[in-house]
Amino acid sequence: MGWIKTTFHKTGSPRWFFTGARSWVVGLYVFGALLIVVGSTWGLGFVPPERLQGNSVRILFIHAPAAHLAEAIYVAIAIAGFVFLVWRMKMADMLIQAAAPIGFVVTVLALATGIIWGIPTWGTGWVWDARTVSTLLLAFLFFGLVALRQAIGREDRASRAVALLALVGVINIPIIKYSVEWFTTLHQPPSIVIGEKPAIAPVFLVPLAVNVLGFYCFVAGVVIAALRARIVEREAGTQWLRDWISKS
Amino acid sequence: MEHDLLVAENIRCTVGDRVLFDELSFSARAGDLVEIRGPNGSGKSTLLRCLVGLHEPDAGDVRRPVDGLYVGHRSGICGRMTPIENLRWLAGITDSNADDGSIEGALGRVGLDDARHDVCDSLSAGQQRRVSLARLLVSAAPLWILDEPLTALDDDGRDLVGNLLARHRAIGGAAVCATHQTLPTAPEVTRTVTLGS
Amino acid sequence: MRLFFAQFRRDLLVAVRSRSDAANPLAFFVLASVLLGLGAGAALAPGIIWVLALFANVLAVEGVFRRDHDDGTLEQLLIHAQPLFPAVMGKLAAHWALSGLPVAVLSPVAAVMLTGTTTGVWVLMLTLCIGTPALTLLGAIGSALTVATGRGGLLVAILVLPFYVPVLIFGASASTAAMLGDPVAFQLLALAALLAASVTAAPFAVGKALAISQEY
Repeated sequence: MGWIKTTFHKTGSPRWFFTGARSWVVGLYVFGALLIVVGSTWGLGFVPPERLQGNSVRILFIHAPAAHLAEAIYVAIAIAGFVFLVWRMKMADMLIQAAAPIGFVVTVLALATGIIWGIPTWGTGWVWDARTVSTLLLAFLFFGLVALRQAIGREDRASRAVALLALVGVINIPIIKYSVEWFTTLHQPPSIVIGEKPAIAPVFLVPLAVNVLGFYCFVAGVVIAALRARIVEREAGTQWLRDWISKS
Repeated sequence: MEHDLLVAENIRCTVGDRVLFDELSFSARAGDLVEIRGPNGSGKSTLLRCLVGLHEPDAGDVRRPVDGLYVGHRSGICGRMTPIENLRWLAGITDSNADDGSIEGALGRVGLDDARHDVCDSLSAGQQRRVSLARLLVSAAPLWILDEPLTALDDDGRDLVGNLLARHRAIGGAAVCATHQTLPTAPEVTRTVTLGS
Repeated sequence: MRLFFAQFRRDLLVAVRSRSDAANPLAFFVLASVLLGLGAGAALAPGIIWVLALFANVLAVEGVFRRDHDDGTLEQLLIHAQPLFPAVMGKLAAHWALSGLPVAVLSPVAAVMLTGTTTGVWVLMLTLCIGTPALTLLGAIGSALTVATGRGGLLVAILVLPFYVPVLIFGASASTAAMLGDPVAFQLLALAALLAASVTAAPFAVGKALAISQEY
């Protein structure tokens, strides 16, 4: 069990993370980009058009990974919030700070592609569908994390407040999702059900899986890069950072 | 060690990159008056808030086996209530069993007999300060943590603080006090902690 | 319980002394109803009354800790109230009694004004009585998080409105169903469940947020 503790302490050290994570960023960028190119080319060029939706279904290969990732980022932020509140690990806070705006952008991407997809399939860009509404609310939760940090200003105090908000948010997400789902199944016009749950054929599934993995890797790279930027910002005065800069 | 009313051990506080104090240790026993000195921004208030539990130090331990009363920069007095109502509320949230009689007695001792039924918004800054000081008399907490207790007080008020401190120490209490001024005390200050040096 | 009542009594007293503060949420609710009636005409859905109550709630709860923070009674409360839970509950109960409750009581009048029918107004009132305390508890988290910034307002609204969504959905849905004569038991139970969850969990989050706000 010793290695778990060691890893925990090392990851908690900005210095260890900063110097060690550089190669990870490059690796994740390259691997993620490669997967996205493969998955998207496959999905856009070689998958047959869907029976009901035609070619418009291809936006699925961007939309689904983004929607999936958005929630994963929020959960990651909430876990970091818990770690920060309990152990006061500075890196956890920096992770929240780095990931919140990225999560917002990914959520907006999911919403935008959803709207673009909705216009030809549902005949309208916006429906009061369970997933649409909860994704929109998720965007506001990300926005709130960024806004609260900016409003408090003082870094040390903002960190704990934001971590707590992230935790409260993650408890609320399932409740919000459930209630929105209940609401929409009650009110949804039946025509939308076609787009609601497309049974995904295997021809779609493989390139989709490739793209999901690609998105995860690429965005993980972006988050780590942003995290390194936060480290530079916060550890600006420290000796190890100066040494590192003068060496490279 | 069992007589320590307050022990601060190796505590450290930072604001951003700036270290306010580090490895700071001191203790207070019955009868002690610990004085915290230092220029503006040296962390006196932050230290006191650590001692009373409002602020968690970045490192180190604060042990406070007894109840502590805190008089800070903010009065802790609601302007929409009268002095009596304020003290009643405080007695309600602390474990004090002060009744109205002892509350009125406390207000009398700080010189607020005439003002005890006026809402605190209509009192002067010095009078409001006296209401804060009356809190010290209503509770039996053996530890006082005072942040600039002389602010806004006249000469008479300074003497009052001196008397309160002297009596409190005589009956086995202790006080930690941050101040820029010379404390009007009969028994000398037990210990002086200087910050920002 | 002693802590609860000490805080409850005090906050009622303070609110009554500052009458206009206490009356603001209700005044806002009535005024907004009148404006809606003027702007959108009658025959609106009862859901709109829920939205108005929700806005009145967020506007009121936004400042629930502000005065206490400014005069330092909040830090005294954090130091002395052991445990903090009942004191926070007492404070929020007093706040709700003067913001959410009057709105709920007056809602049938607004409903008749805006929807033009008396069917289901009692259900509307009941949903508001169950729903608005849950809103107050959730909103207090946002209020506590921002109390030391000196600027709540819109920020609190942005932080907590997403959390208000489930309450709004079940509250508005029950009110609409009642007006149409449909069964409402499920929505009422869901609202009660949300209230129970808020009562048990929110005060802890509020207490933690208040403690964070008082750090230097």
